[in-house]
Amino acid sequence: MELTPDTSIVFTLGPIAINATIFNTWLIMAALVGVSMLVTRNLRPDVPPNRWRTMLEVIVNGIVSQIAEVTERRDPRILYFVGTLFLFIVTANVLTVIPGFATPTASLSTTAALALSVLIAVPMFGVGSRGVGGYLKSYIEPSIVMLPFNIIGEFSRGISLAIRLYGNVMSGAVIAAILLSVAPFFFPVLMDMLGLLTGVIQAYIFAILATVYISSATAEAPATDTPETAKDTP
Amino acid sequence: MTDLAIIAAISIFTAGITVSFGAIGPALGEGKAASTALGAIAQQPDAAATLSRTLFVSLAMIESTAIYCFVVAMILLFANPFWNAALSAAQATGG
Repeated sequence: MELTPDTSIVFTLGPIAINATIFNTWLIMAALVGVSMLVTRNLRPDVPPNRWRTMLEVIVNGIVSQIAEVTERRDPRILYFVGTLFLFIVTANVLTVIPGFATPTASLSTTAALALSVLIAVPMFGVGSRGVGGYLKSYIEPSIVMLPFNIIGEFSRGISLAIRLYGNVMSGAVIAAILLSVAPFFFPVLMDMLGLLTGVIQAYIFAILATVYISSATAEAPATDTPETAKDTP
Repeated sequence: MTDLAIIAAISIFTAGITVSFGAIGPALGEGKAASTALGAIAQQPDAAATLSRTLFVSLAMIESTAIYCFVVAMILLFANPFWNAALSAAQATGG
């Protein structure tokens, strides 16, 4: 039984073997970029919005309102980062219903890369809003004793992000495959429907957790509430 | 029993133990979280949207411990790191 799509090679590009994970990631990226470019091609005020553009606006407005409920900062970069993560993961998870399509989020490599990007983005947002000293000071926030625990917590949240998404998506695929050999035709369909639900919820949770981590790194400490630090929140 | 049979038996037994014990804690925790959230919604129905969103996120975080156990069980069953080593050692000695 295949636990990951990493081992199935689609084609080889010179010395590099392109496996199903990379290839399907490219497919999803191409689909997302292509649909977005097609929809926003005629983005002028005099053109009336068609149904595709309305759908895209509903999606983007939903992401904006969800982010605004979690964090008070009106930072559009959070929308770009978290919205991209959410759209990629939700597309990858929903595409599991297509037979033969090995979704890239069922591979630990993809989810580890996504979690690593969150792990790198959190200090970048923190340094961007509080400065290097202010961000590093948050590691010794209650006292210096908490320094190793804060560092361990930073890494463990990345690991848990990766393994949570991988485990949920992979378990859906594995359970469907096991049920196909035990009770075919009906129960795998039910489990796939359940997998759709968990896939969308896991994408939402990944995005929400990334938002929470970023906003907790950028949140101003209550003691250092000076006008100078408050001016970068528009 | 050969080495391979011992490894297979212990792996399967441990996978079952992992999932069963790993499901106890998250099940209790999720039940407590859901019942508390339902009580809070019954008290304040206006805050149902915020409560259910927080409930979903916290349920997924509680559930992730069960998912870790499931991943470990799947690794033991389908991608056992000791199986291939023992298999190649047995083939090397057996001819």
